[in-house]
Amino acid sequence: MSEACYTKKDLCSDQEVKWCPGCGDYVILASLQQAMVNTGKKKEDIVCVSGIGCSSRLPYYMDTYGFHTIHGRAPSIASGVKLSNPNLSVWVITGDGDGLSIGGNHFIHAMRRNINMNVILFNNQIYGLTKGQYSPTSEQGKVTKSTPYGSLDRTFRPGTVALGAGCTFLAKALDTDPKGMTEVLTAADQHQGTSFVEVYQNCVIFNDKAHDLYANRASRADTTLMVEHGKPMVFGKDKNKGIILKGLKLEVVELGEQYQESDLLIHDKHNEALAYLLIDASKPPHFPMVLGVLYQENLETYEVQMEKQIEDVKVKKGGGSFKELLYSGETWTVK
Amino acid sequence: MTSSNSIDSVVIRFAGDSGDGMQLTGTQFSNTSAIMGNDIATFPDYPSEIRAPSGTVAGVSGFQVHIGATEIYTPGDDVDMLVAMNPAALKANLHSVKPSGYIVVNIDAFTEKNLEKAKYTTNPLEDGSLQNYRVIQAPITSQTVEALKEIAVDSKTKDRCKNFYALGMTYYFYNRSRDTTIKWIEDKFKSKPEVVKANIAALKAGECFAENTETVISTYTVPVAKIPAGDYRQIDGNTATAWGLIRAAEMSGLQLFLGSYPITPATDILHELSKHKEFGVKTFQAEDEIAGICSAIGAACAGSLAVTTTSGPGMALKTEAIGLAISYELPLVIVNVQRGGPSTGLPTKTEQSDLFQAIWGRNGESPLVVMAASRPSDCFASAYEASRIALKHMTPVILLTDGYIANGAEPWKLPDVNSEFGPIEHRMVDPEKLDKANFHYMTREDHTLARPWVVPGMPGLEFRMGGLEKDIKTGCVSTDPRNHELMCLMRQKKVDLVADDIPLQTVEGAESGDLLVVSWGGTYGSCVMAVRKLQAEGKKVSHMHLKYLNPMPKNVGTILNSFKKVIIPELNLGQLKTVINAKYGVNAKGYNKVQGLPFKISELVTVFNQELIKE
Repeated sequence: MSEACYTKKDLCSDQEVKWCPGCGDYVILASLQQAMVNTGKKKEDIVCVSGIGCSSRLPYYMDTYGFHTIHGRAPSIASGVKLSNPNLSVWVITGDGDGLSIGGNHFIHAMRRNINMNVILFNNQIYGLTKGQYSPTSEQGKVTKSTPYGSLDRTFRPGTVALGAGCTFLAKALDTDPKGMTEVLTAADQHQGTSFVEVYQNCVIFNDKAHDLYANRASRADTTLMVEHGKPMVFGKDKNKGIILKGLKLEVVELGEQYQESDLLIHDKHNEALAYLLIDASKPPHFPMVLGVLYQENLETYEVQMEKQIEDVKVKKGGGSFKELLYSGETWTVK
Repeated sequence: MTSSNSIDSVVIRFAGDSGDGMQLTGTQFSNTSAIMGNDIATFPDYPSEIRAPSGTVAGVSGFQVHIGATEIYTPGDDVDMLVAMNPAALKANLHSVKPSGYIVVNIDAFTEKNLEKAKYTTNPLEDGSLQNYRVIQAPITSQTVEALKEIAVDSKTKDRCKNFYALGMTYYFYNRSRDTTIKWIEDKFKSKPEVVKANIAALKAGECFAENTETVISTYTVPVAKIPAGDYRQIDGNTATAWGLIRAAEMSGLQLFLGSYPITPATDILHELSKHKEFGVKTFQAEDEIAGICSAIGAACAGSLAVTTTSGPGMALKTEAIGLAISYELPLVIVNVQRGGPSTGLPTKTEQSDLFQAIWGRNGESPLVVMAASRPSDCFASAYEASRIALKHMTPVILLTDGYIANGAEPWKLPDVNSEFGPIEHRMVDPEKLDKANFHYMTREDHTLARPWVVPGMPGLEFRMGGLEKDIKTGCVSTDPRNHELMCLMRQKKVDLVADDIPLQTVEGAESGDLLVVSWGGTYGSCVMAVRKLQAEGKKVSHMHLKYLNPMPKNVGTILNSFKKVIIPELNLGQLKTVINAKYGVNAKGYNKVQGLPFKISELVTVFNQELIKE
């Protein structure tokens, strides 16, 4: 893939965008386009594959190749696209229902296989397209049309699911922070392997302000922590708070007399245990919502290994000859 | 006392515990016979449990071989000789032995405990229940151990050699040369010379026992069959399917991609294709059936010859994705190796009950091409043809085979692939040669209505596509009611037009007459033999075997109407019969069976005769 020079506009299709006004999806679309401008891949080499749901309309709005598929199956279709042509830059666009409920099985297997593709999960904690039922990421007790007395399901944490399934790149972003999201998506695209990006996205109609505690522009400096590899975990409007490790737990401390920046935990994106701790601890307002690249591991991708196996066999056996195949094993001649 | 008689054909069934090596024994017998110039057909019959409790009827594994001096189309009806390694094997297979047929039993296994496991209250060797058969009692286990006493292998290995002892006996009875098997043993165990010695010793000991035993009245010779000159090999249906796909990929210049999930009895196609990376074949064992087909759809989106393989329950899971492939208008080959249903049904038994599912089993108006292979070797041509149609017409094609032909094997006259299975055209565009300003991915070819195949990586042709209804001209999402109807009609016509691209239907026998036998899929062999038998008796019976089930060849209606009666034997409750009667308004009768087993030729002869004399 050679470098291409685009502006964001070059990546917009001629289709009118039809999400509800104020929907977080607009920001994701714009951030994704900006990330693609940043990585400079040619648009004929980009493929967006989505499932079903509001998020999954995204491919229609990109002037790249795009496949809007069936509910939950986008990771599988994207896997076939990428394995068939490893030269492509493949993006899976999914939501909390599509990716974690109906498509949960494909999601975990995509995470463990490590095919070089990017999965963006739009997490609005609700089913939007079917008009407001609780989703796997909704809080327990959620009152919706299908759960008038409160939902009983416990909540899935997408990051933990992905890590548990063996993902090699995990990042989180806010739909109110296009700059942060663009950085994360750019890093995701540059990662060799399956990249998982969870975006906290607001559904203005069925679950408005679900993420307000940490996504609100006015207050989020004090309720979020943007981690950077090799840097101390500092946050807050006045950069006056930080994270320390106490026993096996993460704790928020005030910087000042008792704690200095040098006491704080340094983010190591290659430390899987730390990634679990960060996801587990993220409970605003007691602990900030951790954003940025939480985890990254460099492993050979599935498709590289697949191509290698083929090349190795070709070297060993020589390119296939159909006649040889027909005559392999026992044959006999009738005269 | 022995004498040698010449016979036209013989059917032998080897039966024993799942761990007794009966599949291997049967394969050796059939390979030897094929190489000696007989025509053959085989049918493995094994339990769905890998190792059911030993000695029980549930754990019996069988392998039937039909060898002949004339052309053989089926593994045979009733058995001339049953080799039963234990009481359970006898119990499970006695019903298939011809009256006065031979039964070789391993008397060492007829212990009280084994009789009890097989649920015999009395010993059948002693209670007179086998008086209508010719029973050859052989101490197979003890004689094998005795023959191997000088050989340095452990007692477990010695016990395992008893199948070669049994094989040796049958080699003597039917005048088989042991050379092929000895060569195979030497090759298979080349790193274990003692095991080679042991197996060969067991084989020879079995032959000696058969020669010396006073109980044998005759040995039989099956003369060489008069089969067309050429090079031959044995092939089973699943291997043939895999090879047909490899050939189609090679001849279309495309990469072959298989997305699949293991399921009996289709898994061997995945196994076979996974072996052949030298052809650049990519196989992907997905996390489930849905991911199997979805990865194949993704590969088709990206320009591969994409295939998914499965059996009935897996097919049910793939249904929604097949609809997507129809909506995308992608080339995709879906192989369904049918087994008994519904639900998990009879995983290891054959049936033809997925025809309705193949033709109609999706939401919405969702037509596609349906074909069926007729015999193990025909799976090769069928897989190649399914790929050809998919690529030329930009449509999913379902290829139906079944457990019977997928696992059954027969000699295959190796085709001249260059003349018979040559280049395949496809619709992928060449972006270099394209007039991009006047090109649209929804502009169809007139005679097929196929859209061009544009794949990611082609500059300047980027497009978006979904399972939502598309505008017939622009491809953009459209909810316009009239457009939807136009699209439905177009998709139907596109599949109908495939009829212009397939050969006219042929009939074996006269073009008109008293009775037309219509068959499809794996019942071909039984039907063709039964019809030939009646034709030889001068009856006005003809046979029409359908390879193309949707659409059907254009002349099928004319053929149906040229006969006084039509009968359709099927291993289901009348699926093709329903389709034919609905489509052509004929009053075809069905002959139906769902016992997990193929038709016997003799039963079809009886049924067709009855139909002929019925008023």
